Formats: sequence, C-alpha cells, structure tokens
Amino acid sequence: MSSAGKIRPGYTRSLDLKNGCVEMAHGSGGRAMAQLIDQLFLAAFDNEFLRKMNDQACFQSFNGRMAMSTDSHVVTPLFFPGGNIGSLSVHGTINDIAMSGAKPCYLAASFILEEGFPLADLKRIVDSMAQAAQAAQVPIVTGDTKVVEKGSGDGVFITTTGIGTVPDGINISGENARPGDKILVSGTLGDHGIAILSLRENLSFHTSIQSDTAALHDLVACMIAVAPNIHVLRDPTRGGIATTLNEIALQSSVGMMLYENKLPIREPVSAACEFLGLDPLYIANEGKLVAICAPADAGKLLRAMQVHPLGENAALIGEVIEDTHCFVQMQTRFGGKRVVDWLSGEQLPRIC
Amino acid sequence: MKYIDEFRDGDLAQKIAANIASEADPRRNYHLMEFCGGHTHAISRYGIVDLLPDNVHMIHGPGCPVCVLPVGRVENAIQLARIPGLILCSYGDMLRIPTANGMSLLKAKAQGADVRMVYSSADAVKIAQENPQHQVVFFAIGFETTTPPTAVAIKQAQALGLNNFTVFCNHVLTPSAISHILQSPEVRQLGLVPLDGFIGPAHVSTVIGSQPYEYFAEEFQKPVVIAGFEPLDVMQAILMLIRQINEGRAEVENEFTRAVLPTGNIKAQLLVAEVFELRRTFEWRGLGLVPYSALKIKSDYADFDAEQRFQIPVVSIADNKACECGAILRGVKQPQDCKIFGTACTPENPIGSCMVSSEGACAAYYSYGRFREKPHATMKEN
Repeated sequence: MSSAGKIRPGYTRSLDLKNGCVEMAHGSGGRAMAQLIDQLFLAAFDNEFLRKMNDQACFQSFNGRMAMSTDSHVVTPLFFPGGNIGSLSVHGTINDIAMSGAKPCYLAASFILEEGFPLADLKRIVDSMAQAAQAAQVPIVTGDTKVVEKGSGDGVFITTTGIGTVPDGINISGENARPGDKILVSGTLGDHGIAILSLRENLSFHTSIQSDTAALHDLVACMIAVAPNIHVLRDPTRGGIATTLNEIALQSSVGMMLYENKLPIREPVSAACEFLGLDPLYIANEGKLVAICAPADAGKLLRAMQVHPLGENAALIGEVIEDTHCFVQMQTRFGGKRVVDWLSGEQLPRIC
Repeated sequence: MKYIDEFRDGDLAQKIAANIASEADPRRNYHLMEFCGGHTHAISRYGIVDLLPDNVHMIHGPGCPVCVLPVGRVENAIQLARIPGLILCSYGDMLRIPTANGMSLLKAKAQGADVRMVYSSADAVKIAQENPQHQVVFFAIGFETTTPPTAVAIKQAQALGLNNFTVFCNHVLTPSAISHILQSPEVRQLGLVPLDGFIGPAHVSTVIGSQPYEYFAEEFQKPVVIAGFEPLDVMQAILMLIRQINEGRAEVENEFTRAVLPTGNIKAQLLVAEVFELRRTFEWRGLGLVPYSALKIKSDYADFDAEQRFQIPVVSIADNKACECGAILRGVKQPQDCKIFGTACTPENPIGSCMVSSEGACAAYYSYGRFREKPHATMKEN
C-alpha cells in the first residue's frame, strides 16, 4: 500500500492487535503507518500486487469493454448479524460492477479511521474483507489509509473501487427496460435494512433476520449464461426495491406494475416493518438483484436464478408497462392499485 | 402474519365490495368521511377506492395529529431545540414538518440542535435519566391514543424525581374536532360539504370508547361506524354506513369490536384526567381556533410542563395563501383541487400540512394515488 516500501520493517514491538487503538501516527506516513499496513492490511489481503509495495497496482489491460465503480461505506453499527462493514464494502462494489454483466477483476480499498478506534475491531473488519475478497476471487490490489482526529469520524469509513470486464455482446443498462418486459428479483426483500435497524440504539428489538450481504457476480454469470440479452440488472440497496424501480422507470421512460402477492418478503421482516411503521419496499438489501428481461427469457432466467444458492427465493414480481408519467404502481393483494413512489427524505415511522 | 393477514384478505375484500356495489343505491351519492389519518393511509395504501362504486366518495378528515398541529407550535419546538444543551425528543413524523421559513426539526438537527427521534414517551424519560446534566423535553403530540403514554411518562418522571424532564404538550381531542366540522357553515348551512356519515377512529376509540360519538349521531343525524385500521375493517365500515344511510338510521355502530368497548379504557381515561386538563381553546391547522379541543398539563404537574419552565410564547403563523390544506381538512376540497398540489407542494418540499405526513390527505394522494388522472370525487367551493 502507499508509501509502505520506503521504510524497512524494524519495529521494536509488534502491533497490539488485542488492546491497541488507532493513533494519529497510524496515518502520518511514518513507521507506525508502515507497521499497520504490513502487519494488518498486507497480512490479511496478501497477493502479488500488494507484495510489490508500490503506490499503485499494475496489471495487463483487457480487450473489450470494462466496467468501473466506487462505493463508500459508512454503516452504523459496524458489526451486524450476517456481516460487518468489511464484508459489505467488498460485496457492495463487486455487485455494482456485476450489475453491468461484468466479471469483477480487482478492487482498491481506502480506509478513513478515527483516532482511538480499537485495533481488534479493525482486524475483525479487515479479516472479513479479506475473506469476502477471497471467496469472491477478486483481490484487493491497492489501497490507502488515513486517520482523522477523534470525533471527526464514526470509527471506520471504507471506500472500495472495482474494475471488471464486460463479456462481448452484453449490453445491460438501466435505460433498456421495454414495455412488456418481466421484472424478477433474486430473493427476499428488506433483510439487510431490518438486521441493521434491529441493532440501532433507540430501537433494539430481537430478530432472527441476518443481513443478506453477498457478492452477486457468480449469480449474474449464471444468469447471463442462459439469457445473454438481459435488459437491466440492478442491486436494490439504499431506498430498497421501490427506489431502484423508480430509477429504472425514469431512465427507460416506462412505467412498472408490481404484484404485491408475488413479492418475496420474510415474515419477520414484514412483522418488523409493521410495528415500526415502515414499508419493506423501501428497506435496503445488500445481496439481492432486480433483473428485467424480455418475456421470452423470463422463465429460463427465473429457473437459472432459483438453482443458484443466492437466488433460491427468486420470483417474478411484475412487468414493465407503458406510462408517460414513469410511475411504478402495484396491484395490491387487496385488489386495488397504488403508486409505489420515490422515497421522500428518510423513511420515518408513522405515529399511529 | 397471524392476526394481520386475515384483515387484508383480497378474496374477502371482493365479497364485501360486491355487497357494497349491490346495496349502494345508484340513484344517490354517498359522502363518507374517514376522520383518522390511519384510515386515509389504509385507503390509499391498499387501493380501496378501486373497490368502491363511483357514487361512494371518501372524504379525508383532519385526523392526522402531525397535520393539524399549527406551525407556531412547530416553531416553538424548534426554538426549544436550539437552547444549548437541551435535548428535544420527538416522534419521527414531526421531524420533517416545515415552518414558514422552511426550517424543520430535521434541519435544526443538521445545524447542531440535539433532536432525538423516539418511538415512545418512555424513551424520552430514559434519555432524561441518562443525561441528568441536560434538559430533556418530550414534544408530545397526538390524539387520545398517545395522551395516556404521555401521562405515564410524567408520572414516571415524578416518581424518579427527574428535574430535567418536561413535556411540551400538544395533545388534542377528537370529538371536539368532529363537532367543529359538523358545526361549520359549509356543512350545516351552505351544504357545500355533503357528509352522510363518518368512519370513526380506531385507536382513539380504544381509549375513549364508542359512547362519545352518540352525540354526533343524535345531534347531527349522521351515522358513525367505528372501524379498525386494516383495509377489511374499512370496507366493512363503508358497507355498514351505506346500510344505515339506506335505512335512514343515524346510530353509532362498532365494527372494531375486537378492540373497542362502549366505555373505552377507563384506566387510561383516569390517568389522563389526573395529569391533564382542558385548554379553553387551541389552534388547529386548517380548522383555526377550536374551543375545548386540546389538553394542557395540570398545575399539580407544572414542574413537568415545558410551557411553564421555558416560558414558551404563543406564536401564530399563517399558512401559505395558495395552500388549500384548511379546505381539504374540512372536506371542502380534494387534494387535486389545490393549485400547488404536486407542483410547488410535494413530499420533498411540503408547503401545507397535509403533504407532510403519509397520513395526510395530500401526501397519501401524491404517494399512492397519482396514477388516477381524474379525481374520484370532486367538490367545488364557491
């Protein structure tokens, strides 16, 4: 990582990963920073690019189209059922790359650490990033570390940037939805957001729900193998599926009609939303995708999703319709219709 | 979800819809007001209007506590929140309400005020316990449903000897607002607002019971059906109202028997009577000054009254002139009749109160019902 190669290891004491804390010196470019990089980041992320200790990673260029994306992670709390900010930051960027149909190749990771943050927690986070990157087979090849004074951060902020290659003939984009297309989702909605909410200080309720944080590129590869002409892919993260579909509707100048009775939502998630006065359609997901495809592709695409471990609850949830207003609507289970609007501001619970 | 899905059953809804369609007399119109924001929300969220014949019109009443709170009181809360070291605790809905200059509790928070969103009055007491060096004010709003928990919080604070906890009381009363609407010239004399019946409050009625509505049914000859907030409750209540209207009856009926007793929750009523007393008058957004329509903290509990401790002034701020919230809250106009609905006034930039909370008529129409190009029912104000 940056500037690490300039100083030879010769530390009097090794990093105290049990009881130590992040200090301003860990970001100041001196021996302490070199030690942090060497004993924590390099030890966890180890690969041929990092080992060269340069300020950048050099690799062979690819033929054809490439995809690039960056994503900052500021989640509170840092640790939650099913993952932590580390695994989330790896999955988030891999998914953003994968939603173009691309195969993610390399990641960069940038850390902003708050003075006083326990090194033991940082190690848990870094280890979980390393595991996530290894499981996804997408190495973290370069990175950066900065330390801010206590009170200027919230423990750890992580920005990851990814780069990937788009297979020939794949053209997946938010502007490609056409009236008549089918809308599919890869699994249950709202799991991540409810797992996080359940830990928030002023709510804290018990739930068995785990965050769904996962890297979706392998699922995408399986989907493209059976239906290379998928029109749109997107991961419904912040703002949930409602926001994602509204974005796509606007980009493609179409409307959408969802069927409430087809939406896969776990009962504990609906129950939590019910008593918190929230709508699961607006709750974040971190391991789900929405796919929009021609009607002829829908059946085989759904089957391909359902045989993949990350798509076993996949469902066809609606279709694209003509609508100059670009409204996303829903046929309610009750038999009526309603608009599924953009989220305005933060989703705030209702009083009664 | 058990005990919830049963009340959202689509097949049963179709059966009730068929009954409504066959029993509603095609030669007349039915104008039914749902008083509560909770009902408005259910009607919009489940698309209930799609299941009703064209001659059954739903009019959205003023029963959203966030919507009817006058801007002056929001301004008071913002001023409180800006007192250095003070922690203002509020229900989530209130945070976004804008004042005349576009300020809100959320914006005040962004500028450094310590505003905390709480789910219950008990959370505010806990915050006061944990922060003995800070003044903690609970911004209490709501109808009869949220009043008993506020009374409990005050009693708890007293028992704990908390001297840093006060309540900014804005609790209002449902029956006075209904009377006010029924007595308004538009309804009584001019006949501008045809009102054939009321869907009575759900949660409010669990506290006050069904008896307080007997007066309206009798005095104004309007049928009232108390209904739960689930969509099947609303459908059933509409059917019951249509039957009463067809038979020329004006009675109080209770659809929400699983939760509402004729006498309500006596314990909660006694608690409220112990801690609160009637205000001579209180301003409602959209309705103006309504006599004996709100509660204040009794002098016995003055130590817990933020209005006393912080000498909160009476601030009256007029609504934007173009805003039709007043007429909409009284049932005189529909959201689509307002010139700024969906143009200058949207959930992102709410100008009027009805656009702020998802229980407000305008926000419900905007968020859930915009696909309806033609308003289902329109009324003109001359």
